[in-house]
Amino acid sequence: MSRRNTGLAIEAEGLTRSFGATRALAGVDLQVPAGTVYGLLGPNGAGKTTTVRVLATLLRPDGGRARVFGHDVVTEADAARARVSLTGQYASIDEDLTGLENLVLLGRLLGYRKPASRERAQHLLTAFGLTEAADRQVKRYSGGMRRRIDIAASILNTPDLLFLDEPTTGLDPRSRSQVWEIVRAVVAHGTTVLLTTQYLEEADQLAGRIAVVDHGKVIAEGTPGELKSSVGSGTVHLRLRDPGQRPEAERLLRTALAGSVQLEPDPVALTARVGGHGSDLDASKQAARALRDLARAGIVVDNFALGQPSLDEVFLALTDHPAVPTEAERDEQLEAAR
Amino acid sequence: MSNETTTTGPAPTIYVPSMAALSTVLAHGARPRRPSPLSASLTFGWRALLKVKHVPEQLVDVTAFPIIMVLMFTYLFGGALADSPRDYLQFFLPGIMVTSVVMITMYTGVGLNTDIEKGVFDRFRTLPLWRPAALVGMIFGDVLRYVLAAVVILGVGLALGFRPGGGLLGVLGGIGLLVVFSFAFSWVWTFFGLVLRSEKSVMGVSMMVLFPLTFLSNVFVDPATMPGWLQAFVKVNPITQLVASVRAVMSGTSDASSTMWALVWSAGLTVVFGILTMYRYNRR
Repeated sequence: MSRRNTGLAIEAEGLTRSFGATRALAGVDLQVPAGTVYGLLGPNGAGKTTTVRVLATLLRPDGGRARVFGHDVVTEADAARARVSLTGQYASIDEDLTGLENLVLLGRLLGYRKPASRERAQHLLTAFGLTEAADRQVKRYSGGMRRRIDIAASILNTPDLLFLDEPTTGLDPRSRSQVWEIVRAVVAHGTTVLLTTQYLEEADQLAGRIAVVDHGKVIAEGTPGELKSSVGSGTVHLRLRDPGQRPEAERLLRTALAGSVQLEPDPVALTARVGGHGSDLDASKQAARALRDLARAGIVVDNFALGQPSLDEVFLALTDHPAVPTEAERDEQLEAAR
Repeated sequence: MSNETTTTGPAPTIYVPSMAALSTVLAHGARPRRPSPLSASLTFGWRALLKVKHVPEQLVDVTAFPIIMVLMFTYLFGGALADSPRDYLQFFLPGIMVTSVVMITMYTGVGLNTDIEKGVFDRFRTLPLWRPAALVGMIFGDVLRYVLAAVVILGVGLALGFRPGGGLLGVLGGIGLLVVFSFAFSWVWTFFGLVLRSEKSVMGVSMMVLFPLTFLSNVFVDPATMPGWLQAFVKVNPITQLVASVRAVMSGTSDASSTMWALVWSAGLTVVFGILTMYRYNRR
């Protein structure tokens, strides 16, 4: 297999993997174009981590096959390893060592001589804003710094493909946007990034294409725009002044918008999906029309917001079940992460 | 936890990722050639030393534990089993040295088990390296702990009046044999460290193997006093062979047959448990 002529960084066909009785992967197919950020979106326990671990040569699939730049991840694991890097969900660095020691260690393991690996480590620490923390044990780092040293370690070998498994879960907003900037810089440089996330917003911000994963299968695939419009292009959240007007508002919204309307537990609140399948009007126009209809009917709206569908809504639309994992799925994910 | 106070530092500067800086570090220099198996293993050994540097408490089991073992058994059994504790020590020191160091090998499995629970092995396993390097390096680090324990015991022994007839060379030879065997025996624990689920179960299994292995041997008493069926076990026990050969070398004589058996056991354990370990390591 030649590496480049397919233009694909990852090709996976029918990957399966079970842990005991739980089926973590039930036939995953993926095609990830080189040089892009590709998002694997799904709730906890969907099989995202297991997929990444198979593709990163850490876990053998029970069935199916996967190639990374043309190298089979099982039979040509070493050739695949030479071109990938993984930043796992749990710190893939030695917390007892300092940031500098971690990077020098990895540099040495990649074959840099001692002075060269020190120099490379210093450059990375500078680029990731960790110079001051260089001689501190990683266990004393903040969450954001930990992520950064982890990603720094992952690009030490200038990989062609970088796996980031939930890189921003548990980070504060500033650290999250720092990680996003780093991902943008990495992909601008030509590295392919496979990113798993539970947040639609994150996939939307970073990924050129997204695969939605649930129960170990890819249930939808496309650009963020395609996915969202398959669900409806947005969601309207309304708060009325008078709870008595809610039934009337619900009826009007159902007519004005092609989507479904949901009554919230709060007696004055409604949520409506805008622009169902195949609607050609854009979301803001439809929402404006709905607002006008409500005003004409004399319904007072205290609060109005038009937003993107949330992951939960994408999930509900695609699977008819919410994006909340069951206990068994959570156990299985823990197992897979071991 | 004091996370917040320790992480922000005196003058918290906010990190702003810079495209220019990041693309410099992403620029392909020539990728270096992958390190040789030995060099990769030694680098992992260096990691073990760094961990000792940061967590020196972990040396307690190779210093305090052996001292307690020597003192306890010398004075407990010395009067009963020999004319005096000092006479007993002359017979017993090589044996307790072997016992203590072989017992310490179980920490290799415990350490691997806890280490692998964290994510760092994921990174090691995605590196294009000679696969056993991470584990060989880990055991290299442990070998230094074995040497340290052996030297500590010897020091205590010398202070209490142990006089090795084989002199410095004999002592070095004895420690050398012990370290070779312990390196081999460590692979038993890497295997259990990978197979068993928790640190506790690794400890449990280790104790179940180590107690009979070290006590049902020639470490504490002359096997001639034991019933026949027990003598049969003691005779094939690798610890017996090892103790006999270490004792001989340290006293300035040699026991060719025991030395050969100790080395055969070492080679066998390394091959069998090395292969089993790597099989598990690759399939995790």
